[in-house]
Amino acid sequence: MSAVNVDAVSPAPVAGAGGPHRIDAIPLRHPGRWTAAIVLIIVVVLFLYGAATNPAYSWDYYAKYIFDQRISKAATVTLELTVLSMILAILVGVLMAVMRLSPNAVLRGVSWTYLWIFRGTPVYVQLVLWGLFATIYKSIRVGIPFGPTFFTITSADAISVFWLAVIGLGLNEAAYMAEIVRAGIISVNHGQIEAATALGLTWWQTMRHITLPQAMRIIIPPTGNEVISMLKTTSLVTAVPFTMDLYTRSRDISAETFTPIPLLLVASTWYLAFTSVLMVGQYFLEKHFAKGLRRAGAHG
Amino acid sequence: MTTDPTQGQAGDAAAGGAGARVPDMVLAEDVWKNYGSLDVLKGISLRVGRGEVLCLIGPSGSGKSTFLRCINHLEKVNAGRLWVDGELIGYRERGGALHEMPPKDAARQRRNIGMVFQQFNLFPHMTVLDNITCAPVLTAGAKKPQAQQRARELLDRVGLADKASAYPEQLSGGQQQRVAIARALALSPKLMLFDEPTSALDPELVGEVLDVMRDLADAGMTMVVVTHEMGFAREVADTVAFMDGGVVVEMGAPGDVIGNPQHGRTRAFLSKVL
Repeated sequence: MSAVNVDAVSPAPVAGAGGPHRIDAIPLRHPGRWTAAIVLIIVVVLFLYGAATNPAYSWDYYAKYIFDQRISKAATVTLELTVLSMILAILVGVLMAVMRLSPNAVLRGVSWTYLWIFRGTPVYVQLVLWGLFATIYKSIRVGIPFGPTFFTITSADAISVFWLAVIGLGLNEAAYMAEIVRAGIISVNHGQIEAATALGLTWWQTMRHITLPQAMRIIIPPTGNEVISMLKTTSLVTAVPFTMDLYTRSRDISAETFTPIPLLLVASTWYLAFTSVLMVGQYFLEKHFAKGLRRAGAHG
Repeated sequence: MTTDPTQGQAGDAAAGGAGARVPDMVLAEDVWKNYGSLDVLKGISLRVGRGEVLCLIGPSGSGKSTFLRCINHLEKVNAGRLWVDGELIGYRERGGALHEMPPKDAARQRRNIGMVFQQFNLFPHMTVLDNITCAPVLTAGAKKPQAQQRARELLDRVGLADKASAYPEQLSGGQQQRVAIARALALSPKLMLFDEPTSALDPELVGEVLDVMRDLADAGMTMVVVTHEMGFAREVADTVAFMDGGVVVEMGAPGDVIGNPQHGRTRAFLSKVL
């Protein structure tokens, strides 16, 4: 397309007195990039126009429900589910990772089996099974095995569906967290552990002050992913069945108002808002644990 | 629970041999180490007196680093005995049987033995000052202000007083190794182990690290140094041991071992490195 002949337009100047001649060439044109950009802008504008004018989106309903109290309450519940199940997942995950790295074959085997089962079956199926917990174990008996019973409680009374949802989500996620934590721990240079050992630090002191802080650099980015993923996976707790979360609540409301589309958009907006906040949090965490390392910036 | 007042006495007697009053700082008796079917150490026996400097030289794979790592129980000895300052390393002798030492006691032993690594192994997520105060605060129960005071003195001693708040990443290799020496000294060890401390350094940075080590030796520190720096060994060492194939081939004053080697293998090695 560009028919400019550089040689003809600006003949290469002979180096004269007073330093080099700056090259004054005509920049290469990029017609392909411009075409692609224009086409995409047109598509996006058409879509936005369509979305704004299409009555199926019912933006009036969207505006009515976006800050509805039931919705914001459900959003809080979703956030609680996310935070609590991630705490459980990280605790169990660290435990499983450490067990997996243990010299004890039984601990390694248990950790491997846990991973195999919880990572190998769908979380939806696991949540349905947790919902049937009270059917499988009708009562919880506290006592000595084959010996006396101190007290008995009915499962259905002891554990609410909310906590079953937290346990179901958390134990499933723990399998993934275990692998992330394990990858972080084994990424730390063995020389670090040797140096700490030679200084007389115990195994736990080495783990706490030397290994884990350095492993965090590897652990945090994928954990950020997992938190965001968990936020969205909470929409499956309807399988337990727990119905107070953001997605299920939106569906329930739309079942009364017959406006599923604006309510799905309302739920999506809340999920997106939470995800954005989490991304900001992850940025600062990563910056903190990059202390003293290349590309840290803060201490350059 | 395991403190036995007579134990140190028994250790001393065993370590020093008949008639010894003050035990050697390091005493190795027929030390063997194997990885599977591969014997890396085949009966090392030697002693390092208080305030003495022993340089271990030899080709790579000769077992010199492995032996150094046995001294602070980073490697478990398979046969023979190793004592540091009269205390049996890694095991406890009770009722005629050897018991493996609990990790806590092994850690306590290591606090008396400073170690400097080829790759420095500074903690990259801590400042220079925190690298040095880390062990005293965590393991020796030192108070933070006192530990920092001592760390600054040590940094001054290795010529890096102005680098206290730097991160290891911001230092040159030579500076990092000097920090590593200061870190090892922070626990006031009786014995310092150096595992090829200058091998990972650019040639122009070797001198500054050797200077610090020389000062340390002059101040009376007992040192075991695995090195390829023959000039340093000749000048600073009281004893040089040439190792090859897991045994000490030749050991003696540096003037003899390096200057006038008796063994063919020693001569062959020295002709390549000198």
